[in-house]
Formats: sequence, C-alpha cells, structure tokens
Amino acid sequence: MSEQTRELPAYLKPIESLGASVMNTITGLGSFITFLSKAFFWFVRPPFRIRLYFDQLYFVGNKSIFIVMLAGSFTGMVMAYQTYFGFKLISVDSLVGPITALTLAKELAPVLTGLIVAGRAGAAMTAQIGSMKVTEQIDALEVMGINGIQYLAVPRIVAGTISLPMLSALFLFIGNVGSYIVGTKFLSIDEAIYLSKLGQFMFLSDIWQGLIKATFFGFIISCIGTYFGFNVTKGAEGVGKATNLSVVWGMIMVLISDYFLTSFLIQVF
Amino acid sequence: MLNFEDPAIRIENLTKTFGEHTVLNRLNFDIPKGKIVTILGFSGAGKSTLLKHILGLMQPSSGSISVLGNDLSTLDNVELREFRRNFGMLFQYAALFDSLTALENVAFPLKEFTKLSKGEIEAKCHSLLESVGIKEIAHNKLPSELSGGMRKRVGLARALALEPQIMLYDEPTTGLDPITTHMVNDLIASTSQKNKDRQMTSIIISHDVRASLRISDFVAFLDRGNIVEYLPASEFAESTNELVQEFVNL
Repeated sequence: MSEQTRELPAYLKPIESLGASVMNTITGLGSFITFLSKAFFWFVRPPFRIRLYFDQLYFVGNKSIFIVMLAGSFTGMVMAYQTYFGFKLISVDSLVGPITALTLAKELAPVLTGLIVAGRAGAAMTAQIGSMKVTEQIDALEVMGINGIQYLAVPRIVAGTISLPMLSALFLFIGNVGSYIVGTKFLSIDEAIYLSKLGQFMFLSDIWQGLIKATFFGFIISCIGTYFGFNVTKGAEGVGKATNLSVVWGMIMVLISDYFLTSFLIQVF
Repeated sequence: MLNFEDPAIRIENLTKTFGEHTVLNRLNFDIPKGKIVTILGFSGAGKSTLLKHILGLMQPSSGSISVLGNDLSTLDNVELREFRRNFGMLFQYAALFDSLTALENVAFPLKEFTKLSKGEIEAKCHSLLESVGIKEIAHNKLPSELSGGMRKRVGLARALALEPQIMLYDEPTTGLDPITTHMVNDLIASTSQKNKDRQMTSIIISHDVRASLRISDFVAFLDRGNIVEYLPASEFAESTNELVQEFVNL
C-alpha cells in the first residue's frame, strides 16, 4: 500500500513550522559544535603554520585599529557630554571621569569592539572562506592533503580571540582620552579632580572584566565567521547570504553572551 | 569488462548510497598504470562521486577501492591525507588560490611538503610553468588576471609540482572555447607522455567524446552508478551499447 502524505489542518500549521525551526536550530547547533570540535582537534595537531596566524592577526587586529580608535574616541567624548549634563543636575559632575571609564571598561569597549569586528573581520572571514569553497579552492587543499579547517579556520579563530581584547583595550584607552579632553577642556572639569576620582573608583578588576568579555567575543565572532564560510552553498548568492547571516549572528551572539558573561563576571570579581 | 594485472586503481563492488538513493551500484573497474583513462557519462551518472571515492574523500557504503596497491578502507584519516599526495588534480575551473600569483600557486605544494630551498622552489616553479606554456611575464600575475586557458595551465603545473602517480582531470575543458579546449587536451596528452617513464596514470572525467577518443588510451562509460562500457579508445566508437551510441552521436 502506498503511503499517503496527509495535509495538516490549518490550525496545526504554526505548530508544524515551529517544530521545523526548532529542528533546524538544533541541527545547526550540532553542526556548529562539530565544527568547533574539529577546529580544536586541528589546533593542537601539527603542522603549526605560524605565518598564517600572523597574517590573520594583521588582518583582524592591525587593520581594525583605525576604525576602533575612531569609534573609541567619539564614544568616550559623547559619554563625557551625556554624563556631564545628567550628573550636573544632581551636582556630581566630578564623577564624569570614573563613570565614563567604568562604562567603557566593562561594557562599551568590549561590546562595541565586538560589533565592529563582527561587521568587518567576521564578514570578511565568511566571504573569503565562502568564495574559496564555491570555487573549489578548499577541495584543492584537501586533495593536496591539507585540512581546510586547520589551514583556514584555526588561524582566524586564534587571531580573533587574541586580537579582540587588544582592540578592546585600545578602545578603552582612546575612549578615556576622548572623555578626558571633552571633560577637562570643553566642560571645565578640573583636571586634578577628574584624575583623582578616576583613580578612586576605577580598579584593575574592572578592566579585566572587559578584557575577558572581549576575548570571548573574539572567539565566538571568528567561530561564527569561519563556520558560515565553510557552509556556503549555491555560488555567489550563497556567499552573500552566508556573509549576511554571519554578521547578524555574530552581533546577536555578542549581545546575548554579554548578558550572561556580565552576570557571571559580577559574581567572580 | 577490461581487467589489468597490477592496476593503478582497482575498484571492487563499490556501492554508494545517500539515503535511499544509490549513486554507485556494485561498480567494478580497473584503471591501468601509465595510461590515460577517460570516464564519460551523463550529468548525475555518478562521475564526481566516483572521483571522490578514488581520492578517499568519500567512504563507500560497501565494496573496496585499492589505489597503487593500498586498500583505502585500511587507511586512517591521517594516512589518507598523506596518501593523497600521490594524486594531482586539475579542477574544472582550475581552483587556483586567488590571493596568490601563478608562481606562488605552483610553489604552494612544494613549500608545504618538501624541504627544498626558496631558490630551488622558485627554479622548479619557473620550469613547471614553462613546461605548460606559461611565459615568464605571466608568472607573477594573479589568477584573476589570467585567461581561462592560462588558469588551467597553471592549475596543471601546480598539480604536477609534487610529481603525482595519478593525475585526475575533472571536466578539464568545460567553459573553454574550442581552440583553448584543443590546447588543454593536447597539454593533457603531452603531460602524460612526458611522465610515461614514471608510469603516471591519468584519469579524465569528461563530456567531450571526440577529445576523449583522441587523447585517451581507454574510455569508460558510466551510467546510473555502473560502468556500462569500457573499451580501448580506438574501439569505443564502435560500441554496440545503445547509450554509448547515443552519447557518441550527440
């Protein structure tokens, strides 16, 4: 007897599509975890192509310096303005320095650097690997006996994980310089008070929290960027679609993981 | 069906299924050493799947593949990876690394797998590129600056860099104009001839019947996962198989 597919009643359709998206998400998550395990396996296996790590550090790190400095300086300056006029109402405008510094250190520097890197380097990782996939360049590596994940993904993941805390530290420093200039030169906060309050309320543990977050963001962004690159299908259109997904998921994961990391790090520090 | 003593590749009862779909169906096939063998077939006949099995990139559902006397199923992933260095492959669209120049593409496998000095690698690359007809002026050009035919030549030079025992050509003339197609086919024939003394085997996956008959020693026809005809190239056009006749007379 031939098996017939029965049409579901209309009221069950939303449940069916919900089930399908849950299944897709679980499958995608499984495939992502498998990809990560492969990346880890190949990370600890020779040969270690150090040059590739430096190439990627240069691309993810050095090439993001300008945009990170630009974003950092203006974020710091805007923060100083906004806090100053708010704090002035309750006569605590001398706290502009530490509040700006704390916000930058714990949240804005790692999160904004993460979003910038997801948009710049994460997207580029997907596009580069994806176009290599559709033009059979990854197959060419495999035929030569070179593992594509080891050659293409691992250096990018390592570079992302190392670069992001460095870029975040740079963002923090430049942001504070911007805030200091605006606070002391344009808003007439006394330089000595600005610095003494900064020293009074800002601790090394605050900076550590931001750097730990940035390290995690760097790892997750580069994992997502490379994963989507390796899973490109359907030619140039697929590369565009994967790049788009990589940026969206990279940014979403930065924001979601920020909440969980914050709640965890507050307990630790 | 043709059988050879001490073949380069021996495929026995190879079956590959994806779910309920059988792509390769109890396929038996010997590929002799030092010869050019072309595998013809309609799209979806299983040619690419067969190629991936020969390279060890896919595991058979059942059956075995023996390459140069080594049963691929007995090799683990690391051994397989090393074993693949016996292969060279020219991809359909050359698959050159687009961020590297022609010379760097050819140097790539040499840098990865040999201990040759920088000077020796450069000299070997120049010689390989010259041997496939790429003039020195193009050695430092990026793939995007080369024509389709030139990219194929560079791809061939890269595939030959490690002096493989088996050369695979995946639809080498697809997308080329008739003159370049002729040139690439001649290049395949002359490459095989040049490497005859070390018995390099060439396997071509193609749709091009005329070129196959001109440059190959043997021609096989794959249909629905099975070799339905396998003859010396000189006898292939006379095959009594209806599908082969249909394909030849297209």
